[in-house]
Order: sequence, then C-alpha cells, then structure tokens
Amino acid sequence: MKKIAKKAFFATLPVLTGYLVLGFGFGIIIKSYGYGILLAFAMSLLIYAGSMQYAAIGLLTGGASLFTVALTTLMVNARHLFYGLSMLDRYKDAGKRKPYLIFALTDETYSLVCRDEPGIPEGSRTDYYFLVSLFNHAYWIAGSILGALVGTLLSFNSEGIDFALTALFLTVFLDQWLGTKKHAPAVIGVVASLACLFIFGNEHFLIPAMLVIALSLSLMGRKESKHG
Amino acid sequence: MDNAYTWGTVAVIALVTALIRFLPFWIFGGKRKTPRFLERLGGLLPYAIMGMLVVYCLKDVHFAEPGGFVPHLISCLVVAVVYLWQRKTLPAIVAGTLCQMFLLQVVF
Repeated sequence: MKKIAKKAFFATLPVLTGYLVLGFGFGIIIKSYGYGILLAFAMSLLIYAGSMQYAAIGLLTGGASLFTVALTTLMVNARHLFYGLSMLDRYKDAGKRKPYLIFALTDETYSLVCRDEPGIPEGSRTDYYFLVSLFNHAYWIAGSILGALVGTLLSFNSEGIDFALTALFLTVFLDQWLGTKKHAPAVIGVVASLACLFIFGNEHFLIPAMLVIALSLSLMGRKESKHG
Repeated sequence: MDNAYTWGTVAVIALVTALIRFLPFWIFGGKRKTPRFLERLGGLLPYAIMGMLVVYCLKDVHFAEPGGFVPHLISCLVVAVVYLWQRKTLPAIVAGTLCQMFLLQVVF
C-alpha cells in the first residue's frame, strides 16, 4: 500500500501544482465577492469541478435562476459523460470505493487513471485509482481554503501558472500517441475540437465536438469490428 | 446575501455534476456485460478526449496580438520537446509552465 501511495503521489504532482493554484484563485475570487470560507470549502468538497466552480461565482452574483444554473452545469460539465463511458471497465470491480471514484472523476483525475501506470499490480489498481482521486480532491480543497483564507494578503504574480494543467494534458496526449500505432482517434479528437471551436466559438464548442467525436469513433469501431 | 439561494445553487450544481458523472455507470455499468460497441468506444475515447482537452485548455488563444498566441505556442513546444527528450511528465510540465509564466509576465 505504501508503494502504491508513493506512486499515486508522484503521479499527482502536476495536479498538485495546478489544483493548488486554480483552487487558490477560486478561493480568492469567492472571498472577494463577500462569500465565506465555508462556501469555498463546501463547493470544492461537493461540486469538485474547476471550471464550473468559477462559472458558479458568476451565476451566484448574477442571481441566475436554478433552472439556468442546472442548464449551465449541464453544458459546462457534459464532457464528464465521456470519462464515465471510457472508465466503465476499469472501475467495474472497484466495490465500495466505486461511488467515490465516479464522483471524483475530474479532467485531471481522468487524465491520470485512463492509462495504465507501469508497476501497478493488477490487484492494486483500485487502490491506485482511489488514492489518485483522493489526493487530487485534497489538493483542490486545500487550494480553495488557502485562497479564501490568505489570498488577499499575498501578492505573488502567478500569471501563467495554470498552464501546468494544459501541459499535463499535452504530456498525456504525447504519451498516448507514442504508445500506439493507431493515431486516428487522437487526430479525430484534435481536428473535431478545432473545427467546432472555429464554427461554434470558444463558449459553445465542446458539446458539438463531443458529438462529432462520439459519432466518428463509433463508426470507426464498427468498421474495425467488421474487418476483425 | 440570500443564504438559501446561495446554498440551493451550490446544491443544484453539485447534483447535476454528480448526475453527469454517474449517468454512464448507471446506464451501462450494471451487472450485464458492457455492450461491444461501448467497449470499443471506451478503448478509443481516451486518445480523442486528451486531444479535446488540449484544445479546450487553449480555447482562449487569439490572434489579435502576439501575446494572445505566441506564449502558448512556445510553451507547448517546450513541453513537447522536453517530454520527447526525457520521456518524463514532470520535467516537461515544470519547464513548460515556467516558460509560460516568464513569457506572459516578462516578455508579453
């Protein structure tokens, strides 16, 4: 268990950086609007979705209706449907820890658990997934509490530090690219997203991109299964 | 500050987010075997999703001024070069992030 914990900790180091900073930023902003530390803590504990928590501040201060809130959440977080779909098998035998694993499946956690980490024995997979999820969640909560607590006292120019998460996804992308000879899914992911970004703009491109990706990959899978 | 409204909003966001995360498991994760096409889709999705997430992170890049895209482009190249050279995640992320901070804060 100790070895698995060590592996999980090292794997989550990039997320530690990114989450502390982004959580910190969230804590600062929510405090600056007059909300308390308790709310920052509750949101990071219970919602645990970075971009949505930032969006929530706008909704709260704007007095959006609960229907608008639900719809916005659906739009911003729809991409999480994909994570579940591709983790069905990996999380199948997780037992009692399965609900937490599913609850805590953020972009960053997904990027760490969607690939095989070398050196993790078959029987310890769930332990590893669980610790990665738990560590990331803890970083996020810690970041937002710290931000709400001391954010206004600090004057450290952190502009650009959130690039850590972009860099994390990019390295996972490269790692996957090097690990396979079939590059079509990766190319489809990038091209479909870019095309939808140009067509629908940066606020609304994710859901159309997801549809195009799901459709293309399904067709591809069908073609492959016919030939294979 | 309307307390009931604030906590109600938080509850709605938390519920909808959890619903989205649980939905695939509720629909397909039961005792029955995962359908074949979903198994295949699940195997292919991670590759496409990472591409999508990279684009998502860079969605605010714009070409109105050099500062809108040059730092991101250079920092992504730094990540790629360090990763391909060292084959380790952490050095690539640290190098890319420091580069981005330097470019945004000092150069642009």
